[in-house]
Amino acid sequence: MLSSLGQSEVFASMSETTSEKIPVTVLTGYLGAGKTTLLNRILSENHGKKYAVIVNEFGEIGIDNDLIIGADEEVFEMNNGCICCTVRGDLVRIMGGLMKRRGKFDAIIVETTGLADPAPVAQTFFVDEDVQSNARLDAVVTVADAKWLSDRLKDAPEAKNQIAFADVIVLNKTDLVTKPELAEVEARIRGINPYAKLHRTERCKVALSDVLERGAFDLDRILDLEPDFLEADDHDHDHDHHHHDGHDHHHHHHDHDHGLKHYHDEEMQSLSLRTDKPLDPTVFMPWLQKLVQLEGQKILRSKGILSFKGDDDRYVFQGVHMMLEGDHQQKWKEGEKRESRLVFIGRELPEKAIREGFEACIAS
Amino acid sequence: MSADQASIASVTERVHPVAIGAPVTSLHFLGDRAAFVCGEENVALVDRQGEIAKVAVHGGGILSAASDGERIVMGGDDGKVVALDAKGEVATLATDPKRRWIDNVALHADGTIAWSAGKTAFIRSPKGEEKSLEVPSTVGGLAFAPKGLRLAIAHYGGATLWFPNMAATPEFLAWAGSHLAVTFSPDNKFLVTAMHEPALHGWRLADNRHMRMTGYPARVKSMSWSADGKLLATSGADTVIVWPFAGKDGPMGKGPAMLAPLQARVAAVACHPRDGVLAAGYSDGTILMVRLEDGAEILVRRNGTPAVSALAWNANGTWLAFADEEGNGGLLEL
Repeated sequence: MLSSLGQSEVFASMSETTSEKIPVTVLTGYLGAGKTTLLNRILSENHGKKYAVIVNEFGEIGIDNDLIIGADEEVFEMNNGCICCTVRGDLVRIMGGLMKRRGKFDAIIVETTGLADPAPVAQTFFVDEDVQSNARLDAVVTVADAKWLSDRLKDAPEAKNQIAFADVIVLNKTDLVTKPELAEVEARIRGINPYAKLHRTERCKVALSDVLERGAFDLDRILDLEPDFLEADDHDHDHDHHHHDGHDHHHHHHDHDHGLKHYHDEEMQSLSLRTDKPLDPTVFMPWLQKLVQLEGQKILRSKGILSFKGDDDRYVFQGVHMMLEGDHQQKWKEGEKRESRLVFIGRELPEKAIREGFEACIAS
Repeated sequence: MSADQASIASVTERVHPVAIGAPVTSLHFLGDRAAFVCGEENVALVDRQGEIAKVAVHGGGILSAASDGERIVMGGDDGKVVALDAKGEVATLATDPKRRWIDNVALHADGTIAWSAGKTAFIRSPKGEEKSLEVPSTVGGLAFAPKGLRLAIAHYGGATLWFPNMAATPEFLAWAGSHLAVTFSPDNKFLVTAMHEPALHGWRLADNRHMRMTGYPARVKSMSWSADGKLLATSGADTVIVWPFAGKDGPMGKGPAMLAPLQARVAAVACHPRDGVLAAGYSDGTILMVRLEDGAEILVRRNGTPAVSALAWNANGTWLAFADEEGNGGLLEL
């Protein structure tokens, strides 16, 4: 627990156990990206599980065995002086009702509207005492449209939020774009969020294990914070396409096919910090808390694996806006490089100040 | 703890245990029988010999229940409002056309019922006349005023007071935050809501002055007015928090009484219908009877049992019924 580190209420209010809590998957994605397709796929697959599905509109879904509940997407501000601390009021109510039917379902899926900000949904699972004691957030899964996402990232802040917030990105409709277009949209996604697991799909064809039971908010499963590099499998040699024109555009495309472009999104970025020098917890913890209190509106997600001076255990934390939870985790292995890694994903992050603040946490 | 509990007066031996077999979410008395409302589908009617009769009332979760002693009105996630009477007969009073959840119900002394689904509150008079009012956000709680036909509707940002039989615009009492359960003081002078955060909010209805009742470590889920209407007992702390509502200012500028402290959280409270006594159930399973005047305690159930989920007295206060989250119940004759 955190008591030895003198944590604030925000820390103390977060849970540290995940046992027997019902896993909740949040399914987001801009209008038309294919959320309903993915939902139908999850529900119709032969997995032997029952889901309670909280949807915003009653759409095409309707699977006999599952509970489907309509939601209103009401975002409530908490009266705790924290402006970014919003929750989904309707979700609090629905979760209360669902808990009367425990044992009737194995997991919960919350589908949001295309224009929704995932933060209030996620925060509901950390702020509300009853919800928190019964359910745990498993992952935020964002469905993105390979053809239109690049455009939406320019004109729809919601789409950008959903990408930045995601633990898993299902990049759908890849059959509707050319390889260069796909590389382009992936690079744009990576410019915002290099850490989410990315799956390229047609008609949301993705293994259920890639979107469910991810444990993305489970401190015990924050094992590494390396970017999810693109696998090489799709970079096959495509001899048929791009040849008919016979012009020198071809070379241009060719380059893009094989090299990963690096985009820097002007507004939304990720910031990665690392050091192999041990950190001083008496400096680091107050710094981190102050940082999320001051900049919590800008910081959408944060995660870290830390090596504290004189401590043989790793310390891990994760956060959503101003809310943080952290705990000691397993011991550093013998011979393992004790490196501290922190990742922030957010909007207009004050990079210089964060880097300097972090440097000052290194134990002397 | 147990050493403490051994030293106080105890009536634990006199409790008749009742095995309900399913989590109980609320308790009421219907005539001679105690009605244990389960989390889903059934109500268990238990007579004084401990005989259990299960009655199916909903095709799913039971989300809300209110009783006037003659019947229990319940709302379910099957979109139905049903009534159960003392004979054990069930009647469906309303069905939501879209099968939305019936989150809240309330019952007026004249037989009018109220319920809510989403943002809409409905009332139906004994003659069957139905009216509805939409509020700005999902209804958190409903309560009828003790006088006249007036319905308080708690929601995000405050509470709305609606006179369904008048053309006037409903009155809106604003206070930031999400308001859930709502109750009028028996003298009709105050309205109190339990908020999503661990606090109560009150309004003096004469001038809508605010009363903030804060300091709870957990959300208040159980509120009960004393027999004389001068005290409001609440759950949410490791003592029973009792707010003074005598006098025209209510609890303004006054602190609450803190009775029956334990190292566990108060989960349910029920004031005796005639005397200055309340029953309090705790998260560690303890149940105490507590005298409001001086906090004197009598042990009804020991700790180390599942968390108490519901308590109720019969109309003249000769029986106390209780239930816990795991479906164990008990009846105590006084």
